[in-house]
Amino acid sequence: MVAVEGIPHRQTDVKKSGMNSTATAIPLKQSNSRLLGLPRETLLSWYEDMLLVRRFEEKCAQLYGMGMIMGFCHLYNGQEAVSTGAIKGAINPDDYVITAYRDHGQAISKGVNPKAILAELLGKYTGTTKGKGGSMHIFDRAANFLGGHAIVGGHIPIAAGVAFAIKYRGEKKVCLCFMGDGATNIGAFHEGLNLAGLWKLPVIYIIENNKYGMGTAVERASAVEELYKKAYAYNIRSEVVNGMDVLDVYQKVKAAADRARETYEPTLLEVETYRFRGHSMSDPVSGHYRSKEEVERLKQSDPIIHLAETLKEEGMISDQYLDEAEERIKKIVQECVEFAENSPEPPIDELWKDVYIERTGE
Amino acid sequence: MAIVSLREALNQAIDEEMARDERVYLMGEEVANYQGAYKVSQGLLQKWGPKRILDTPIAEAGFAGIGVGSAMLGLRPIVEFMTWNFSLVAYDQIVNNAAKMLSMSGGNFSVPIVFRGPGGAAHGLGATHSQALESIYSHIPGLKVIMPSTCKDAKGLLKSAIRDDNPIVFIESEVMYGDKGEIPDGEYTIPIGVGEVKKEGKDVTLVSWSKTLAHVVLKAVDVLQEELNISIEVIDPRTIRPMDYDIIVSSVKKTNRLVIVEEGWPFAGVGAQISHEVASRAFDELDAPVERVTQEDVPLPYAHGLEVRSLPNLDKIRAAVKKVLYLD
Repeated sequence: MVAVEGIPHRQTDVKKSGMNSTATAIPLKQSNSRLLGLPRETLLSWYEDMLLVRRFEEKCAQLYGMGMIMGFCHLYNGQEAVSTGAIKGAINPDDYVITAYRDHGQAISKGVNPKAILAELLGKYTGTTKGKGGSMHIFDRAANFLGGHAIVGGHIPIAAGVAFAIKYRGEKKVCLCFMGDGATNIGAFHEGLNLAGLWKLPVIYIIENNKYGMGTAVERASAVEELYKKAYAYNIRSEVVNGMDVLDVYQKVKAAADRARETYEPTLLEVETYRFRGHSMSDPVSGHYRSKEEVERLKQSDPIIHLAETLKEEGMISDQYLDEAEERIKKIVQECVEFAENSPEPPIDELWKDVYIERTGE
Repeated sequence: MAIVSLREALNQAIDEEMARDERVYLMGEEVANYQGAYKVSQGLLQKWGPKRILDTPIAEAGFAGIGVGSAMLGLRPIVEFMTWNFSLVAYDQIVNNAAKMLSMSGGNFSVPIVFRGPGGAAHGLGATHSQALESIYSHIPGLKVIMPSTCKDAKGLLKSAIRDDNPIVFIESEVMYGDKGEIPDGEYTIPIGVGEVKKEGKDVTLVSWSKTLAHVVLKAVDVLQEELNISIEVIDPRTIRPMDYDIIVSSVKKTNRLVIVEEGWPFAGVGAQISHEVASRAFDELDAPVERVTQEDVPLPYAHGLEVRSLPNLDKIRAAVKKVLYLD
């Protein structure tokens, strides 16, 4: 894979950006060929996907504050370029996606109906899992969206199993598996990567390194600060990706996916990103583990503003488009809220359903 | 009728189901090249090839998770644990992923998977390698737990397990793999959740399963019937979850006395659950409080004398039977 100028592509022990109080902003410079010759409608669909995720999450925060969403709720603000570039951009609708508990953005990018996601968050029967999963457990069989998993790292071997099934059937599909930086320290990560590397399974592991596992900075949790290096132990190719640049995410995930389709080879990508909100709704934006100044500085790397500016500079969009897109997205989110609010709660007899499946594999 | 060993019966079940359904595959430590740590998978690599018979590294969480992921996409994995003791390092995969997937995904994804291997004590393996974990697994909604005591049941139940769309915990016994028994000729299955009256009797009901039934209880019954001049009914539930309470309650209505003999520990054991159900459904039929024979409430020691004293044995069963018959 060719290193792209302007994208941090570490081969040596370089201190990471944005991980402590002296953190600098993640470089904003766009991929060297600017927009990679992609069609305008593609780029605009990505922009609107990112904007939808951002506005959706903002609405979730509001509804959480109003007591309409319960439990744990982890928002994706700041990380939108990762799900959009990797899922909406780089893979096909019949490929698979599996992720951890910060899952709304990836579900939206995979084509899960945002109305059903919001209904799920409100615990409604029309939700993605009829109100049984909640925020951390979004599933959609039709969209090949395999969850929403809330035990850190537990889904990493499952992703290898999905890739195993793809290879078993001789299909040319891939599985994208998202995880946080904290997941790279748990045993399931290492067992899953070892098996994926050993058996050559078509899975692309994407570490969304947002610098903190809850409130613990990467360097306080991992003996190896450069997380992409963990792939070395398992004979898996790895690379660093600028997670604030949707085009860099797209390019590198696409290259990994193309290779996986061709050779079944797995890849580990360490995506440098940042969450603009707290770990969950119960965590303030800044606090003991990161300063307000750090958050403000990293917000200068906002992936949505960044893409909008690039598109404008390239003459692809106008301010009028941005206003119209904002209105369109606002309307979609409002429709989600109305749908969710007007949906029924699950009937009580649903409590005993889906525990066992009666059908047998005849 | 053919006479086969338990390992051969299990081997036939896997082999026949692999022939029947190409989605079925087997993986685990030493199942392929080595032909199985206990030779259950003998010859399967040669017959089915490395695509469907896979040796894994020593990574239970990893390969159990691979099983779960592949089952979500419609494959039907058989995951062998060299012993169920090692399943504890894959507990997250079994409990949080396999068992909960159907419910938590609102019916989007089922996990048709069989986790199997030997459980319980063998001889002198010490505390970490001697555990009867059926109560731990049968506690979890979403799992079915099967524990056969005969070659015929083992084959028929394993075939049913492989065809079932739910995650199955299938617990065999290391010391039974060489046991011989009759199996029917040709294709057959045994339904999950249906117990069997192993022996009819009228004075007391003994409920037990797996090795404790085959190696301990049936021998004790012969001795005690003679010694105490009584008639004992023996029930093998064959499946721990779902438990065939009906067959137990029916028997208790006849004998009015119940002793449950299990290898697990007493606290929150399977026998505690059966006791409650019988007390709840047939309290007026009981002529004595339900008695339980379990392993002593300690990690199982290595030394032979201590091991024998800890596990269910003839003396403990005699004492329990005499107690419910007021023969003390």
